[in-house]
Amino acid sequence: MSGGSKEQVTRLLALAPYLQTRGEVPLQEVAADFGVTPAQMLKDLRVLFMCGLPGYGPGDLIDINVEALEDDPDGLVRVDNAEFLARPLRLGSNEASALIVALHALLDASPAGSRDVVERTLAKLEEAAAAGSTPLVDVHLPRLRPAVEGARAALDDAISRNRQVRLEYYVPTRDETTQRVVDPIAVTVADGRAYLDAWCHLAEDRRLFRVDRITGLEVLDAPRVAHDLEPRDLSAGLFEPGPADLRARVLLSPEMRWFAEYYPVLTTQDTADGGLEVTLAVSDERWLLRLALRFGHGLTVLEPVDLRARVATIAADAQRLHTATA
Amino acid sequence: MTAWKSERLLNLVIMLLVSRTYVTKDRIREVIEGYDKTNDEAFEKMFERDKEELRALGIPIELGHVDKFFEDEQGYRIARDAFELPDIDFTPDEAAVLGLAARVWQHAGLASATSAALVKLRAAGHDVDREAIDALQPRVVADEPAFNDMWEMTISRTPVRFGYRRAGASEVVERHLEPWGVVTSRDRWYVVGHDRDRGKPRMFRLSRIVGEVLPDGRPGSFEVPEGTDVRALTASLEPRRTPTTATVLARKGRAALLRRLASEVAESVDGPDERTEWDRLTLTTYAVDELAEDVLAHLGDVVAIDPTELRDLVVERLSQLSGVPA
Repeated sequence: MSGGSKEQVTRLLALAPYLQTRGEVPLQEVAADFGVTPAQMLKDLRVLFMCGLPGYGPGDLIDINVEALEDDPDGLVRVDNAEFLARPLRLGSNEASALIVALHALLDASPAGSRDVVERTLAKLEEAAAAGSTPLVDVHLPRLRPAVEGARAALDDAISRNRQVRLEYYVPTRDETTQRVVDPIAVTVADGRAYLDAWCHLAEDRRLFRVDRITGLEVLDAPRVAHDLEPRDLSAGLFEPGPADLRARVLLSPEMRWFAEYYPVLTTQDTADGGLEVTLAVSDERWLLRLALRFGHGLTVLEPVDLRARVATIAADAQRLHTATA
Repeated sequence: MTAWKSERLLNLVIMLLVSRTYVTKDRIREVIEGYDKTNDEAFEKMFERDKEELRALGIPIELGHVDKFFEDEQGYRIARDAFELPDIDFTPDEAAVLGLAARVWQHAGLASATSAALVKLRAAGHDVDREAIDALQPRVVADEPAFNDMWEMTISRTPVRFGYRRAGASEVVERHLEPWGVVTSRDRWYVVGHDRDRGKPRMFRLSRIVGEVLPDGRPGSFEVPEGTDVRALTASLEPRRTPTTATVLARKGRAALLRRLASEVAESVDGPDERTEWDRLTLTTYAVDELAEDVLAHLGDVVAIDPTELRDLVVERLSQLSGVPA
């Protein structure tokens, strides 16, 4: 990434104004701000040091204390005689769009109190980008419902005051509401949904809870026990298969191919009719039974074989209940 | 090697940026170190490639007449106002919002486009690394294979063609589109634009695109009609939905989610069996087929009563799964 001259020229064009607006900055910090190693930053500075106004005499070249930095990598970077590169290059339309979409997502996820500053930032950036009046890309994350916002505020309060929380939590696989005490670690959003990352004293393990499935919440006076845990990085996805999970083989019809995008599948393979065969890690077999009933027209459990048989039995029982109400 | 090339490119940028007049190719060749002074063909090739690379970085190199009285002599320059990032007056809290945007994209290409934009804003003197405001960390995920190409062609205004599999269909049909915007709606990515086959605006779900997105014309070869609001258009293209009132029976203590959606719950009514007591729920739904799936997923704890369409759908699915004729 940092090796090519395309990337290097991009950095150099920003580096000259950066050093002029900042004054003296430690080499390590400059490198971190540009996302490269200090060694690479020193190489960049050496190139910049060879550039300047036509003529390229001593008074024409950009002046940088490269020699001093080579002796002292912890030193401060100083630049002089670079006024002709005082401002960075304009944002490209790709850069501007990427940033604007990210800010829209941020706006959608912000609580009421923070929306104003995000809106102001977005307005200024859109004006500066001036890439035409048509928005190219638009992201609309679902707004969190007021109940979810309320739960969030209470959770934030508990985290900041280092308190335990009693949760009433709905578990759809079991179709049950459960009571548990947790040590909240952080509230985070993935795929447009808010999750509570917490240590659960019922499970005696770390758990993720969907905030919209919290049906009741009470901040307790007891302090958190497991309070020094780092928030979990959800960027790689929410799903981590456990060693005890059952492996199931499932056949999807062509209309059900989307399933593989929305549920955590371990492997996928195209089938002759345009569908997919997938394997899933299943921690609770009721979850798979519910899916098999819900999507029975396009989702068939192949293995385990006994689960396949139970799908038919459950369907026959439900069929009798419907006949009884006819 | 990289360093020499970066040095040559940067010196070329500075030369064209500080010159008040257009600079001839001969002059560039004479002044900039690194251009071949003897072999004309080698110089031409090298200079053409350098120009292309700088333009790809977004640097606006203009071609014009060196002297208005001698029209046959052409030269190059970079207009400073087209080159420089305009001055944006971000307050410190607005700059902090920009810093948060860096972590939003869960897509390698757009994450680096966002970082590149932030490097430029940092270089303009904005402190984007201050402490964060109170906002959740939203994540925008785009893992559809078609996303990257569609995003780039939308930004470059390039017409596209692609294979598309409609919902519920198994055959793939080639479609031709002028992409106006890439948008999300209900957590899914779509492209909205002018459908050249239908002659009107349409939206396509990116996950249903099969194979590659290919250019179907030159970049910049279409215009988005003035005043097009991509977000409003997306909303208008979404399928219309009408509400239906439905009645179901649920076992006492089960189906917590359906109970939360119910407008009315009649306790302890006549049920289809004596194993538990039953309650009758009245619900409003916008999609009868989705409600049928919800009923099925309750594994015999919920029975569909009204409307007939719902009941028939449930009974038919159960019959397919059990193998017992309805």
